[in-house]
Amino acid sequence: MTRAEAGLKEVIGPQERRELRIRRILLLPSLLVIGFGLVLPIGIVVVYSFLRPGTYGGVIWDFTFSAYIQFLFERDLFDNTLTFQTAYLEIYLRSFLQAVAATIGAFMLGFPAAYFIATRPLATRTMWVFLITVPYWVNLLIRTISMLFIIRDEGPLNYLLIWLGIVETPVRIAYTDFAVGLALIYSYLPFMVLPIYAAIERFDFRLMEAAYDLYANRWTILREIILPLAKPGIIAGSLLVFIPSLGSFLAPDILGGGKNLMIGNMIALQFQGSRNWPFGSAAAVILMGVVLIALMIFVRQQLRQRVRTN
Amino acid sequence: MTNQGLGVAKTAIAVVGVTKVYGVGSGAVTALDDVSLEIRDNEFFTLLGPSGCGKTTLLRGIAGFEELTEGRILLFGEDIGPLPPNKRPVNTVFQQYALFPHMSVAQNVGFGLRMLGRDRSEIEATVQRTLDLVKLGALAGRRPTQLSGGQQQRVALARALATQPRVLLLDEPLSALDLKLRQEMRVELKQLQQETGITFVFVTHDQEEALTMSDRIAVMSDGKVQQVGGAQDIYDQPVNHFVADFIGETNFLDVEIEDIAGDRAHCRSRAGLALEAEAPEGARPGARVSVSVRPEKIGIGAGGDGADAVVERLTYLGTDTHYQVRVGDETLLVRVQNAHGRRSHFDVGARVALTFDPDAARILAD
Repeated sequence: MTRAEAGLKEVIGPQERRELRIRRILLLPSLLVIGFGLVLPIGIVVVYSFLRPGTYGGVIWDFTFSAYIQFLFERDLFDNTLTFQTAYLEIYLRSFLQAVAATIGAFMLGFPAAYFIATRPLATRTMWVFLITVPYWVNLLIRTISMLFIIRDEGPLNYLLIWLGIVETPVRIAYTDFAVGLALIYSYLPFMVLPIYAAIERFDFRLMEAAYDLYANRWTILREIILPLAKPGIIAGSLLVFIPSLGSFLAPDILGGGKNLMIGNMIALQFQGSRNWPFGSAAAVILMGVVLIALMIFVRQQLRQRVRTN
Repeated sequence: MTNQGLGVAKTAIAVVGVTKVYGVGSGAVTALDDVSLEIRDNEFFTLLGPSGCGKTTLLRGIAGFEELTEGRILLFGEDIGPLPPNKRPVNTVFQQYALFPHMSVAQNVGFGLRMLGRDRSEIEATVQRTLDLVKLGALAGRRPTQLSGGQQQRVALARALATQPRVLLLDEPLSALDLKLRQEMRVELKQLQQETGITFVFVTHDQEEALTMSDRIAVMSDGKVQQVGGAQDIYDQPVNHFVADFIGETNFLDVEIEDIAGDRAHCRSRAGLALEAEAPEGARPGARVSVSVRPEKIGIGAGGDGADAVVERLTYLGTDTHYQVRVGDETLLVRVQNAHGRRSHFDVGARVALTFDPDAARILAD
C-alpha cells in the first residue's frame, strides 16, 4: 500500500466510501472490455505457447516447452540433439534496431514540430494538432501502400531526385530497411509529436528568458532547459513509437519486400503458412516479456532518479 | 559623454529617446514614447507607474528582451542595442522568479557562472558566498519547488547576483509575497544593493515600495517619464496632476493666481480659499491653474484664524484621523496625526478653521 492509499484510508468516512464504491461500479465497463479484449486473448496466447502444433494449424492439448526450445535451438532430424541457433534472435535484434532507428527518426522530426505547435498562439494551436491527426483518417494499409507508390523506382520521389540532379538513375528505396524505417516513422510520428507538444505547452517560457539572460546561448537553452523539462513527453512519445514499431507487421510486410523478416512478420507467418500456432504464440510471449521487463527496469530507474533528485 | 566631471556620479545606464511600438497600422500600441533618462552608477533606481505605463517594457529593453523601435540604451557609455540578452552584463530578477525547476538551488545560482565558463571550484565558492549573502546557505541542495515564496525570491536574487552583473534589473520582485515578507524584503533589498554596490533598477507599481527603497524614482505613465527625482522631491514637488495623484493622497483645487511677489504666487480658489505656492516660470497674475495640497499639510482648529469649513465625514485610523471638510462648494481631505498631547477632535457637522502650511500648495503643470 502506498502512502497516499494509507492516508486515504485514514481520512475517508462512510459518505466517501459510498462514493468510492460508485466509482468502482463506473469502472466496470472498461474493466470488462480490458478483460475480454486484452487479458483473455493474451491468456490464450500464453496457454497455446505451451502446447504442440496441430498438422493443419490449431493446437494439440499436450503440455510442452518445445516452442520455447525451438526459439533458441535447432533439433536434429535424425538424432534429436539440440544445437544453438541464432536465426530468431537475429530477427529480434534486427527488429529492435529498426524500432530504435524509427524512434530516433520520429524524435528528430517530431520534436521541432511539437515545439513549433506549442509556441503558436493559442487560437491556432488546436488547428495544428488537428492537422497532425489528419493522416489517421485514412486506413494504415492504404497509407502504407500509397507510400510504396511514392518511393518505388518509377515513383514521384525518384523522379524528383533525378529532376533535381541529385541522382542520375532511380535509386532503390522500396523494399529496403530504409523504406520500412520511413514507413514506421510516418505511421507513428503523431505519437511522438502529441506527448512532446503536451509537455512543451505547459512550459514556462520565462525560464528560457532567464537562461538567455544568464549568458546561455540558444543551443545551451535547448540542451539545458527545454530538453530536460520536455523529458516526460519525450519518454512517453518514444515508448509510443518504439513499442508498436518493434512488433509492426504492415510496414515490413509491404515495404520490406519480405527479404528481412521482422518479429511481426515472423509471428504472422507461424499462424499462416507455417501453421505452427504454439511457436507463433511463444514468439509473441517472448516479445511481450522482453518489452515488459525492459519497461519495468526503465520505470524503476526513472522513479529512483526522481526520488534521488527530490 | 557619460562622465560629466568631478563630483558627478557616473552614469550606469543612459536611455536616449527610446520608443517602442507594438504592432503596425491602426492596431499599433506605443508602449514607450520617446523616453530619456539617466540611471547613475551604484544607485537604487525605481521605475514607478501603474500597469501598462511602459515600465516593464523599458526594463525588458535594458535586459535585451525587447527590440527598440527607436532610440538607444547605453551601458556605461556603450551602446548595448545590438547585443542579445546573453551578451549584456545585466541580469534580471523575474516577477515570478522563473527558477529552473529541474535544478537544485545551488545549480540555479551557479547557472550563469557555468555559462560564462568559470571553473568548478570558483563556481562552488561563489554560489556558497552568494547564497550566504541572501541567507540561504543551508538550502543549497533543495529544489525550488521545496522552497517558500520568500526563499524562492532569495534564490532568484542570488542567481542574478552570482555573476556580479554591473546592473541588476528587478521586475516587480516583491509582488508575489505577502505583506509582512514584502516589508522585510524591502529592507533587505536596499541593504543588498548597498553591500554589493551594484546598480539596481527596480520596477514596481507600489508607491510605498518605491518611496522606501529608492535613491531616485522615475514616475511613468502612458509610455512617458512624468518626473524623475528623489522620494521627497516627487512627493513634495509633483510636477503634474498624474504624479501628485499617483503618489500618496492629495487634494486638487482649481485656483486663480491673484498676485506674484518674488517667487511666491498668491492664489485663490473658487470658494475663496487663499493659498500660497512657489510660482512656476512664466506664471502671470490672472492665470487659472491647478494646485495639489497634501492632506497632512492642512491644519484644522476649533476657531481663530483660518478658512471656515464644516466637517462632513471623519475616519478614525488609530494613528491618524481623516476629515472630509467642505468649504463652499469644495471638498477637502485633511489628515491629522493623533500625536501625543493632541486632543482635538471634531464631530460631523462641526465648524472648523483650516490653516495651510506655507509649502502646502503646489502648482501643477497640467
